[in-house]
Amino acid sequence: MEIGPILASLRKHRIPALLIVLEIALACAVLCNAVFMIGARAGEIRLSDAIDEQGLSVVTLTGADPERASSEIPRNLDALRRIPGVQAVAVLNTMPLSGNGWNVNFTTRPDMKPTDKGSINSNIYLMSEGADRALGLRLKQGRMFGSEDYASSTMGATFAPETHVAIVSERLAGRLWPGQSALGRKMYMDKYWYQVVGVVADVLRPTRAGAGLPGIYDTVFFPMQPTDVLNYYVLRSAPADRDRVARQAEDTLARLDPGAVAEGKTFVDMRGDFFSGASSMVWMLVLVCVVMLAVTAFGIVGLTSFWVAQRRRQIGIRRAVGARRGHILSYFRTENFLLSAAGVALGMVLAFGINLYLMQHYEVDRMPWYYLPGGAIALWLLGQAAVYGPAHRAAMVPPVEATRSG
Amino acid sequence: MFTYYLDLALRSLKRNKALTALMVLAIAVGIGASMTTLTVMHLLSGDPMPGRSATLFYPQVDPTDSPKPDSQPRDVMDYRSAVDLWSAHRADRQALIASTELKLRAPGVNLPPQMARVLTTTSDFFPMFSVPLRYGTAWTPADDEQRSRVAVISSDLNNRLFGGANSVGRTVRLKDSDVRIIGVLAPWRPSPQFYDVAGGRFSEGKTASFYAKPEEVFMPFSTAQDVAGSEFNVFTCWGSVEAMKHLQTAPCAWVALWVQLDDAAKVAGYRRFVADYAAQQKALGRFVHGDNTRMMDLMQWLDFNHVVPSDVRLQVVLAFAFLLICLCNTVGLLLAKFLRRSGEIGVRRALGASRGAVFAQCLVEAGTIGLLGGLGGWLLTLLGLWLVRRQPVEYADLAHLDAGMFLATFALAVLAALLAGLVPALRASRVTPGLQLKTL
Repeated sequence: MEIGPILASLRKHRIPALLIVLEIALACAVLCNAVFMIGARAGEIRLSDAIDEQGLSVVTLTGADPERASSEIPRNLDALRRIPGVQAVAVLNTMPLSGNGWNVNFTTRPDMKPTDKGSINSNIYLMSEGADRALGLRLKQGRMFGSEDYASSTMGATFAPETHVAIVSERLAGRLWPGQSALGRKMYMDKYWYQVVGVVADVLRPTRAGAGLPGIYDTVFFPMQPTDVLNYYVLRSAPADRDRVARQAEDTLARLDPGAVAEGKTFVDMRGDFFSGASSMVWMLVLVCVVMLAVTAFGIVGLTSFWVAQRRRQIGIRRAVGARRGHILSYFRTENFLLSAAGVALGMVLAFGINLYLMQHYEVDRMPWYYLPGGAIALWLLGQAAVYGPAHRAAMVPPVEATRSG
Repeated sequence: MFTYYLDLALRSLKRNKALTALMVLAIAVGIGASMTTLTVMHLLSGDPMPGRSATLFYPQVDPTDSPKPDSQPRDVMDYRSAVDLWSAHRADRQALIASTELKLRAPGVNLPPQMARVLTTTSDFFPMFSVPLRYGTAWTPADDEQRSRVAVISSDLNNRLFGGANSVGRTVRLKDSDVRIIGVLAPWRPSPQFYDVAGGRFSEGKTASFYAKPEEVFMPFSTAQDVAGSEFNVFTCWGSVEAMKHLQTAPCAWVALWVQLDDAAKVAGYRRFVADYAAQQKALGRFVHGDNTRMMDLMQWLDFNHVVPSDVRLQVVLAFAFLLICLCNTVGLLLAKFLRRSGEIGVRRALGASRGAVFAQCLVEAGTIGLLGGLGGWLLTLLGLWLVRRQPVEYADLAHLDAGMFLATFALAVLAALLAGLVPALRASRVTPGLQLKTL
């Protein structure tokens, strides 16, 4: 295909050509960034979590009498255990993605202060006996807490558990002691110290606050005897039973402690609530992309149709002097290809620039390079698809058109 | 002349319905997306205290022992600093702010207990922030002094508990204490909930929670020390864990202070007062950083906290990029449309129409498309805002189109269409009559 005549013709239609290039460039730039943001958010929404999310139901019990916690918690757990379909129950101080963070700074040396650099902000989970089974924690190294650990651990007057054993997530173990085994090591919080007895697969934190997304798996587990800080009751069942279990568990606790506020939810719903903002943003971005691509495609169709209508006579002449339909078709396709190529080249630069701007002014990361060619190919395909109709109509122009005037 | 051009424009639009629909639709979706996001942005970034915000200030001191001397003061203060500054009464008005969640029951009302969001503050809060009351009154400085067991409840809570009736004089049980309702708020929905804003710079742009509804119960800060004990929402703590047993003496930041200062001299005076206080506390050995004080006014404080969620700002940027694409599209289509009529324009020019006249005629046509697009954009904006209202975000209930934004919708649409029509109209007005007449 000769591109010389195409370029010559484009030079005569500078403004419409420029418009198509500009439109494709803008669409390419927005598409790259939007898809990148969709990917980032979808990644967040799907963050893995090494507990049995599908089978969990959670009931929060707030406003119970703290003085009676040591007798009421075992009673509550007993009653929950009797709900049909429940495989395990336990109670914790908070739950992953609950929004209720217990953030504490830990250090690896006794002489470091919690405010020093090098201390790591983590969430602490205080759990009653059996919580490892109820949550479905996956032990990677070492051991789980034993009964004596649970029985001896109490809550001091502050938020620090009075115990000396701890289990950390794999991610946190790697951050506190890079390249070494965490087992047997001590971590410090002020004058408290805890020895790591086990490492579990990564469990999410209750909130992003504290360390943001990179620290979302920095979690430490402590054993805890029944105390008033434990108010997230967690029940494990078959996924099919979870809705009923959540409802029944809420009713059970509300009946047992009519003075307190019980609120039951499945963990799947908790995750949905936590990421509701991210998922509505994803849908909004998807909508923008779809409508934008549609507008761009219609724009290309509209302009090319106009072009074709304007050049019916020339097309007729070309057909009359021997050009086949395929030639006409490929003429318009090549023309579109050239315009798209210019558009995506400009678009990739623009996409990169927009990303830099967003990084500076919004909480957006650097876009990996492969989004650029990805967006370019998408726009190029869109252009080819959009031009097909008008080009096909152009190819249908009969040679006799050459003999008609005007 | 204008009506004639309008008539011509309508005729021309009718002639090629598909092309017209395409242009109107492109403008409509562009405007719809832009105006939806712009309206949300406008609602979230507005001044929550119009006319008053420049007299409201947020003093801060740095009670931490952090070794970094250049660090910013904590977003809220410890109990002692806040109460010291407040009780000096050096401002025209001053209000302490701390929030908590307490179990609430209403005796004689058949509802299960619930957790209520409680704002504990001082009597100046109500006049200082122009909080509207439906029934009863707010509490007085004497109530602050005497730790009176009184509360003001929100209109939502009043509807839920008492069916909207005048509940002044009734009692609610907060945690383990009875407090008497002395006032009920009229519906009050500041955007954002500015007096509670703190920590925005640590939220990674996820600041939608600043737009939550105001608390359900308001009670004196002093009373709350008895009622809530240490159960307050704490911003952050530092120092040794042992010292955290009692929140009032703990190295924890959980109390904010707002002051009203009516003129510049008072502002300067109050800045000096806060600086002197910090220096004095350093001399006493309680502060490490005696010079790390700050006092922003309301809008500066909201800016500092990046209150508008970054998703909302991102959506505006995206929507306008989208509008730009739609405009490119419209420019192209208008160009096609006008140039297709080169023959007609040639005749008009030959019959004596000036270039200006042709230009004006084309612009009227573009403007008409803009107006139609604006109409569609308005409908799409309503649809967009309806979608926003269905989102599970705190500001969902705020998303409504006001008169200003309604007019802005049409203004933006017509402006966009005129801009889009500029180049095509210019091209059309340059059509040489002779050449066109020859080919007719």
